[in-house]
Amino acid sequence: MNQKKRMPILLILAFIGSAVAAAALGALLVNIQQRKAEAALPFVRVVEVDEETTDPAVWGRNWPTQYDFYKRTALTTRTRYGGHGGSESLPAQKSMIYPWLTTIYQGYAFAIDYRERRGHAYMLIDQEQTLRQQVPQSGSCLHCHASVMPLYRALGNGDAMAGFEASHKLSYQEMNAKLHEMGHAHPVSCVDCHDPVSMQLRVTRPGFLRGIRELAESAAPLPHLPSIELWRQGKRKKPYDPNSDATRNELRSFVCAQCHVEYYCAAEMPLVYPWGKGLTVEQMEDYWSGMKFPDGGAFHDFVHKLTGAAIFKAQHPEFEVWSQGTHARAGVACADCHMPYVRVGATKVSDHWVRSPLLNINRSCQVCHAVDEKELQARADKIQDRNFELLQNAGKAVADLIHAIVQARQEGATDDQLQKSRDLQRKAQWYLDFVSSENSMGFHAPQETARILANAADLARQGQIHALRWQKN
Amino acid sequence: MNFPLANFLSSTATRWLAICLGGVAGLGLYTLHYAEGLSYLSSDPRACINCHIMRPQFDSWQKSGHHHVATCVDCHLPHTFVAKYIAKAENGYHHSKGFTFQDFHEPIRIKAKNARILQANCILCHKDMVDALRPEGDHPRQALSCVHCHAGAGHGPRAGLGGAYSAPELRGDFR
Repeated sequence: MNQKKRMPILLILAFIGSAVAAAALGALLVNIQQRKAEAALPFVRVVEVDEETTDPAVWGRNWPTQYDFYKRTALTTRTRYGGHGGSESLPAQKSMIYPWLTTIYQGYAFAIDYRERRGHAYMLIDQEQTLRQQVPQSGSCLHCHASVMPLYRALGNGDAMAGFEASHKLSYQEMNAKLHEMGHAHPVSCVDCHDPVSMQLRVTRPGFLRGIRELAESAAPLPHLPSIELWRQGKRKKPYDPNSDATRNELRSFVCAQCHVEYYCAAEMPLVYPWGKGLTVEQMEDYWSGMKFPDGGAFHDFVHKLTGAAIFKAQHPEFEVWSQGTHARAGVACADCHMPYVRVGATKVSDHWVRSPLLNINRSCQVCHAVDEKELQARADKIQDRNFELLQNAGKAVADLIHAIVQARQEGATDDQLQKSRDLQRKAQWYLDFVSSENSMGFHAPQETARILANAADLARQGQIHALRWQKN
Repeated sequence: MNFPLANFLSSTATRWLAICLGGVAGLGLYTLHYAEGLSYLSSDPRACINCHIMRPQFDSWQKSGHHHVATCVDCHLPHTFVAKYIAKAENGYHHSKGFTFQDFHEPIRIKAKNARILQANCILCHKDMVDALRPEGDHPRQALSCVHCHAGAGHGPRAGLGGAYSAPELRGDFR
């Protein structure tokens, strides 16, 4: 009797136990199956893309993972010294933190509007809407703010280089209107860095192709660009061409160096990358100093409204500053930190959400540095804090120099008496601008930017002294 | 005649119980087979990349100075039978749990216990050379870790892959 009663209970318990175990095993089996499927994940080419396909959404149908990441460049991101986040619709004016910027840019459009950057997704719209457009801007500017190659080909009747050379004569508005008409009004897009047939990395921008060729032909040592050193040892029958000569690792930097560089970009002549003597701040200064406008006048970016000095405006020389740093020497490419590999299921994908590595420390830094995330963040913070302090010192020094020249002029100093101060302003301001316009707050090459800023402050104070004692000049 | 055990075994209920347990066992065995469970008893390095998390470590090992003299297990598992299978079981448990629930830090990092096994294995092969150089004692605080300096010995100059995105990260929430 007793046994008969106990039996069903035991049986029910055993049944429930088996059911739970079977369910768990089934779930595990499905999980394993899923992971195996991830490992087999291919891409499916559902639509054809070619050189004219500038719309990233079309490419995105074939490569949805990369496209998903790319679209995230529209999100707001912020680090201690860069970017923007929070509720404001536009990033802050840089002059709020660096008040001397407005002083040094007097007579140049950057004194009107100069904000913190947003992500790649905004590069075209931000350029169209900046208040700097109040001053006439050249068609050259679209070289780096849109997927512009089809427009260059159209302008040059199939020859992109010819179209590029014609583009600086057009106004920004004319070029921009053509871009929209042709349907190529997209920010930097897949086709700008990828061959549409093989998907291989390649460079397309005429300004870069010319600049890197001149750099290869220079005598500047380039230990971080081995393919150029190799080309120099050869017979040099053909000019250096990154698309056939560069290593894959170099291309992971060159695609970014198509735009994140120092250049001249205005209406007098086509875009120029000043690499013919090398990539350091002094070598590029030499290059600009030896440059003439087509009309024979000495090259400069603008004349300072308050002092009359002819100024070289530094753009954003990320590639050049990185070239002076320890990471470049160790063979670390731009993409290694700014587009690190990310695991998607079982596949390894380059993160096309291009942004600060400080927001991505485990993928960017920890793959090489086996150190705690917080510690790595602290190390980068320290480098940037030091650079920030030096930058503010140098900025104040250059602003003081400008004010001293203005005061001397009011007191009756002649142009001759102030010539040396003006020359020193041009030099000091170029050095200061070189670091302040560069987007890494010194991280790309800490010792180099410290050296440049120390020189900027020194030269600015020398110029200030010279202006203060103008009567003795 | 009364044989309780025979009655028990021949009852309908018991037959159902046997079917249930048999089903579970079958499903379990198939899962073991499908997951290539038995391969973990071997010392083939390819077993370590059945799941793809260690793919970068496998790739970099193939390009390292040690690839022709030492496989995964030579460095990462004890060389005595019992200790080896205890380590296999322990790591196997952690790896299965981590891979199933995807709740581990990437890039992956060696645990303290496994680092001690690794260190012992460096010494095991290089004893003749390094015995005279070693500080006294095997405690990590006293002994220098070989890979502290020879970081590329087993895996080349760099190894590792940052992990998959979490949902908050994809929305842009940081820290």
